[in-house]
Amino acid sequence: MTEPTLTVRFFARLREELGTEQLTLPAQANQTAGDLLGVLASRGGPWAQLQGGQPVMIAINQAMAKPATPVQAGDEVAFFPPVTGG
Amino acid sequence: MISIQTEDFDSGAEYEALRASGAGTGAIATFTGLVRDSGDMQGVSGLFLEHYPGMTEQVIAGLVEEASRRWDVRKARVIHRVGKLLLQEQIVFVGVCSAHRGDAFAACEFIMDALKASAPFWKKELSDTGEHWVEQKASDVARGKVWGK
Repeated sequence: MTEPTLTVRFFARLREELGTEQLTLPAQANQTAGDLLGVLASRGGPWAQLQGGQPVMIAINQAMAKPATPVQAGDEVAFFPPVTGG
Repeated sequence: MISIQTEDFDSGAEYEALRASGAGTGAIATFTGLVRDSGDMQGVSGLFLEHYPGMTEQVIAGLVEEASRRWDVRKARVIHRVGKLLLQEQIVFVGVCSAHRGDAFAACEFIMDALKASAPFWKKELSDTGEHWVEQKASDVARGKVWGK
C-alpha cells in the first residue's frame, strides 16, 4: 500500500530562501497547516523561519487558510510571504 | 475575463472591447499600473513578478464576482503580467463598464485594491546593486480592508 502523502509548495522569497519549490510529505491523521509548519521548521537553518519568523501565508488547495485549518492526504498546501502584486 | 500573461497588452484595444459592451454602458473606468523607478529600493531598473498559477485566477474571479454583487458591473476585464518587466512597462490593467460612473469607479478601485491585498502575486525589485523581494505595505492591507477584505 502506498503511504498517504500531501504536496507542499513554496513561492517567492520563501521558495528562494528554502531552495525548494515543492516537496512531498507523509500525511498524518489530525494534522493542521500549523503542524506542517512546525515539522518543516524543525529542519533548522532557513526552515526555522517558518515558525516565529516573518509572517507566512497559507493556502490549502489554492484557497487561503489558517494555521488551525486541517490538512489531509492529497492536499496541496502552499506557504508564501504576504502578497505584493498589482 | 481574466488574463495572467508574460506578454504586454494594448490598453487601447482593451478599452475599445469594453466600449463594445452594449448601449447600456454609460461609463468605463480603467486603471493601469506601471513599473516605476523607486519602491522599497531607489534606482529600480525592473521587476520580476511571480504568481501562484491557478489560485491567482480563482482569487481574481472571486473579486470580480464580488464587485458584480456590490455594484452595477456590465463587463470587467483584468490583465496581470508576470515574469521580468522593465521600467515603465505595464503591469496590470483593470477595466469596468457600468451604466453610471459611480459604480464604474467603485468597482474598478475595489478590484484593484483587493487584488493587491489578496491575489497571490509577488514582486521582486531589480537594480544594478541587487535584488529585493518587495515587502507588503500596511497601507495596501488597509486599503483592502476599507472594502471589507
